[in-house]
Amino acid sequence: MMTVDLAAQSVRDLNKALHECKDNLTEKEWVVTNPKGNHNIAVGLDADISVDIHGHAGYFCAGMNKTANITVHGNAGQGVAENMMSGVVRIKGDASQAAGATAHGGLLVIEGNAGARCGISMKGVDIVVKGSIGHMSCFMGQSGSLVVCGDAGEALGDSLYEVHIYVKGTVKSLGADCIEKEMRSEHVAELKGLLEKAGVDENPLDFKRYGSARQLYTFKVDNASAY
Amino acid sequence: MCGIVGLYLKNDKFEKNLGELFEPMLISMTDRGPDSAGFAIYGDEVGEGWVKLTLRHPDEAFSWEKLSDKLSASLGCEIKWMQNANVAVLKINTDESSARSALDELYPDVLILSAGSSIEILKEVGLPENIASKFNLSGMKGSHIIGHTRMATESAVTMEGSHPFSTGSDLCLVHNGSLSNHNRLRDKLKREGITFETENDSEVAAGYLTWRLNQGDTLKEALENALKDLDGFFTFTIGTKDGFAVMRDPIACKPAVLAETDDYVAMASEYQALVTLPGIENAKVWEPEPATFYIWERK
Repeated sequence: MMTVDLAAQSVRDLNKALHECKDNLTEKEWVVTNPKGNHNIAVGLDADISVDIHGHAGYFCAGMNKTANITVHGNAGQGVAENMMSGVVRIKGDASQAAGATAHGGLLVIEGNAGARCGISMKGVDIVVKGSIGHMSCFMGQSGSLVVCGDAGEALGDSLYEVHIYVKGTVKSLGADCIEKEMRSEHVAELKGLLEKAGVDENPLDFKRYGSARQLYTFKVDNASAY
Repeated sequence: MCGIVGLYLKNDKFEKNLGELFEPMLISMTDRGPDSAGFAIYGDEVGEGWVKLTLRHPDEAFSWEKLSDKLSASLGCEIKWMQNANVAVLKINTDESSARSALDELYPDVLILSAGSSIEILKEVGLPENIASKFNLSGMKGSHIIGHTRMATESAVTMEGSHPFSTGSDLCLVHNGSLSNHNRLRDKLKREGITFETENDSEVAAGYLTWRLNQGDTLKEALENALKDLDGFFTFTIGTKDGFAVMRDPIACKPAVLAETDDYVAMASEYQALVTLPGIENAKVWEPEPATFYIWERK
């Protein structure tokens, strides 16, 4: 196990060492101490390693992650796991705005609450939030799944494409073209799998499903020639 | 971009260390605002019948003693004063409006940065660390303090355009964001008798709150009205005589984080501004909700 103390080393030193794991994997388990809200911790990783960050992280933590398994034992600032491609990112505390923004793949688990715009423009990632999420979450979400065990804020799933949204609690309001949909057996199975993967003990039958009504401009075949 | 920081003590345990605890918070927000910085500190309260003014003159060699003597003779009352760089804090045994009129008449080139019974506002152009050391921030005592580091967007980098802005007796405002309807709102407020020193959008927000409070709003009502009438992005922190308040715009465009322990409540644009506070590792840390008003006051 390798420990990097950010009180003694810079984030740049840490990220450089983590990036080198791609071609020269000498250490699989990394521990980061004293993150102290620094931005860009463990960004751009591309190796089968685990990184445990002990404390609160700043903006863009675990951004662009590929393959790596990153855990923040604390809160994360804006844009955690933004544009993640694969791997697992787990936040033990709360996440700020735009968690998992534009992420293409992998699993993002937030054990506390997430702020506004959670999963904005998500493109294939699975996001599981044990708490609640803020307003404008999943705006223009394209694919993947968003699971919320608490409540969702205003304008959930506005201008949604094909993301599957599951919410256990209340939804303050649905965004344009987002509607509640029937929870069929394949959705229960999908949700059960997501909850198990995230290690969250909830009954899939307690959730409601939301998705796109596919009525906006982009869904009309008559407009296809405009692109 | 700008940085906001605030520290409110829930008891007197850290009062003598307030400046020392706050200085690294302000300096850590240099990345968000290297143009100018300022802070409003509350403490050393004057008694009934007294008013406390923070005054500024551009010339460091300006004689505050002479000003104090002349003002005292004109008002016929006792004045205690203390100089800090090119700023002086005057404690005057009269009411605020008499002190303001006498100053306007005798010293129109002296700027009143703050007025009240407890507040002192200090601000200048330059890096936060230089402003902190110029005013010896680390040696200051008090019950609460709010500060700002500015990266100018809407108007020039000047002392007048730096934060905090005084919004009335013992009240001040710091702002991160930008307002889009400040020109029209400034005209409206001018017609209501509010005066402005700059073209700055944040000063309009401060003037707006001053106007609402003059109209009889409570601070909470004034902020609720601000949510309706101000268009743009904002995280506001408002210093009051007994504490501070935090409010974000309805879409939460600008960041904010709060932390609370048994001893204090701290606010910052980013968590990294809080990491030097005692016991922060075990503090309750959370992000304030949009369009929601948070206030902490000792009474």
